[in-house]
Amino acid sequence: MGLKSNLHSLKEKYRGTKMAPAFNALHTFLYAPNETTHSGSHIRVVDDLKRTMNTVIMALVPCLIFGMFNAGYQHHLALGEIGRADGFFSAIFWSWDNLVIGLWKVLPLVIVSYGVGLAIEFLFAVIKGHEVEEGYLVTGMLVPLIVPIDTPLWMLGVAVAFGVVIGKEVFGGTGMNILNPALTIRAFLFFAYPTWMSGDKVWVHGAVARDKAIAAGQNVDAISGETVLGSLAQNHEPSYSVAEMFFGMIPGSVGETSTMLILLGALFLIFTKIGSWRIIVSTVAGALTMGLIFNFVVAQGWISESSKFFGLMNTTWWHHLLIGGFAFGAVYMATDPVTGSQTNIGKWYYGFFIGFISILIRVFNPAYPEGVMLAILLMNVFAPTIDHYVVQGNVKKRMKRLKVKTA
Amino acid sequence: MSNDIKIKKGLDIKLKGEAEKTTEKAVLSNFYTLRPEDFHGVIPKLILKEGAKVQAGEPIFYDKSNEAVKFVSPVSGEIIEIQRAEKRRIVGIKIQADKEQSYQDYGQFNVDAVDAETVKAHLLATGCWAFIKQRPYDIIAKPDRAPKAIFISAYASAPLAADLDYVLQGKEAELQAAVTALSKLTEGKVHVSIGSKSNSPLAGLSNITLHKVSGPHPSGNVGTQINKIDPVNKGEVVWTVAAQDLVIIGELLLTGKFNAERIVALVGSSVKKPRYFVTKIASEVSTMVYDNGVEQNSNDRIISGNVLTGKHVKPDGYLDYYSNTITVIPEGDDYEFFGWNKPVFDKISSSRALTFSWLTPNKKYDLDTNTNGEHRNFVLTGNYEEVFPFDIYPMQILKACLYQDLDEMEALGMYEVAPEDFALTEFVCVSKQPHQQIIRKGLDVMIKEIG
Repeated sequence: MGLKSNLHSLKEKYRGTKMAPAFNALHTFLYAPNETTHSGSHIRVVDDLKRTMNTVIMALVPCLIFGMFNAGYQHHLALGEIGRADGFFSAIFWSWDNLVIGLWKVLPLVIVSYGVGLAIEFLFAVIKGHEVEEGYLVTGMLVPLIVPIDTPLWMLGVAVAFGVVIGKEVFGGTGMNILNPALTIRAFLFFAYPTWMSGDKVWVHGAVARDKAIAAGQNVDAISGETVLGSLAQNHEPSYSVAEMFFGMIPGSVGETSTMLILLGALFLIFTKIGSWRIIVSTVAGALTMGLIFNFVVAQGWISESSKFFGLMNTTWWHHLLIGGFAFGAVYMATDPVTGSQTNIGKWYYGFFIGFISILIRVFNPAYPEGVMLAILLMNVFAPTIDHYVVQGNVKKRMKRLKVKTA
Repeated sequence: MSNDIKIKKGLDIKLKGEAEKTTEKAVLSNFYTLRPEDFHGVIPKLILKEGAKVQAGEPIFYDKSNEAVKFVSPVSGEIIEIQRAEKRRIVGIKIQADKEQSYQDYGQFNVDAVDAETVKAHLLATGCWAFIKQRPYDIIAKPDRAPKAIFISAYASAPLAADLDYVLQGKEAELQAAVTALSKLTEGKVHVSIGSKSNSPLAGLSNITLHKVSGPHPSGNVGTQINKIDPVNKGEVVWTVAAQDLVIIGELLLTGKFNAERIVALVGSSVKKPRYFVTKIASEVSTMVYDNGVEQNSNDRIISGNVLTGKHVKPDGYLDYYSNTITVIPEGDDYEFFGWNKPVFDKISSSRALTFSWLTPNKKYDLDTNTNGEHRNFVLTGNYEEVFPFDIYPMQILKACLYQDLDEMEALGMYEVAPEDFALTEFVCVSKQPHQQIIRKGLDVMIKEIG
């Protein structure tokens, strides 16, 4: 084992130096370390944080691949070059042409996300002298999946730098942050560059470029890539079937469209015990509750068809799960154990409110008809409060036991 | 009459190398070493000097904070070395054993005829007090505080632990004497827990309240049983005694001799013929380990105690004062190629993240001492709760210990726990945090600040 012993002697050489964390990060990527237990239990489970994070990444890969095909599909569809795909396995969708555009547009997003983020992680690890932590492995994969396809790469780089430094490292790195880093990055993009993050021109590759060409006087057709949410917010009937929404052949952020693959990812995460089923189930329950409330309002005739909220309120309650980024947020973002609620009881409340508030924001904020990002960030802030009350319940029980005794 | 305690949360770690139920006499150890570190928080003050002759059961040192608490020699012989570390801290008292053992005679003691103070004084003088521990803080009991109850677990659920039903059989008389003596020391009950399917020699004792426990480890831990039977509140004290130590106490009461003999299980995947040995407290582990299948100079770890809570001892080390198990497992100081992402079949996992131990719940594993990952901040949530049967929030109390918030530690239930209660959460910890050490340090801070 030449490589193994060479790396071992290199590790000994770097031991105690500034570069040790950077080297160890690469070394432990290749080899699980030779560390043995020093105190307490002499044996440990095989799971570590790398394996945990890797499991989440595996759950994301189908969404990434689908997102690549969808990028090309939406582009060609908007240009009128191909027809609608008629089912999940349609050859029109899974074509080389689509994939090439997807690779061309999506891979750079992935590379920039990982490149910038990991560079900052390594930098902080070297400066602060701690090991490179694995949290960014998942964040770096999430980020390209939740941005519009044509997001300029420099913009993504700036946002990632902001999110990793302000959202995570200033708090002390993975495990210490208050807000979900991926959503912090997304929120930064949204508030700093709103024109690139919403509207009907950003969801399909080429739409922005087309607009510029038209503005420059060229005689070409504009590409419209309105998302389902966007059209509903403007009281337009969306032009996609429920099946298309479920399969994900609709415009939207890169990896968030396919509810079916997200559902598979959710099942995988729950089965592997990595994702919290409590949060996923309660988030969905919260969203359905809010959807039903709005449907009820419409059914009672409390709101007129001319109202600007009518389109989204009238959306069949369970369709909310299929459109926008809701499913993606519920499965991959809300379940972040660091920023979510940490007690099992708290998780139910935490998830329920995420779902509930997501749909609330979605309906009442037509300028930005996607609430799941803001709902999760909001509940990230409130998760410690929820936990506090849950833990206080336990403390009170203990106090009561004492009182009964002394009384 | 018995009460049932059913534990649902927990984990039985099944390992290779379970002891066969045969007992041999271990080779007589020439040297015995008492290590004050076995008695947490005790600062030893020597009674006898280097070169002094001792009899078995003769006090060698006492606790600086309480002169009454004496610690006695397990054998007769000569004190040949006082081992000291920095600041002249005593780390070991080495005794060369006589060929013919002689005992200090404390006289027969009729427990039925005496009152609590007499019992207490007798146990203190004869060194038996060291076997009585207290909660809160998991230290040797303070003799001046009467406990609200005394707890004895006669059920071992830890991985590869010595089977208490087996090692205690035939000791009914000693057990009864010890339990009767202990029952004088408390206003409350003496709670004895046995396995629900066992035929424990403790089942037929009088002066006790019997409980039958079932379920996965840590159902046999006395801390779990206290939490389910009568949890410790602020200001209360309970005492615990390990079942095998009752035999020593009982024999002393009946015969007047401090007989440090104990049946110890030699277990673990590195042992060729795992089985039981009769040996004495503080004897050399090499007297058992190498004659029975562990190879000299092999890359193994010898643990005095079980794999979850035991102490790492060197090959020339000594049996812990409280242990009745010696475990030998391979060291895991090697790298594993892509160990963090390849599918794993031969190690235990608490998840199903390409780990397949959930497929084979009855398989026995050969685990080594590798941490299987590096130390990280707390990240995952909810996985400690699955193996932690207490009505306590484990992660929150660990964090409170780390930032040493005494009010919060107290409110979250610090009086109820001992480091060993966090052995399983430590085992499953994905962030590889040292839970037992964190809890021990937290308890020490509380002793210092609150007392």
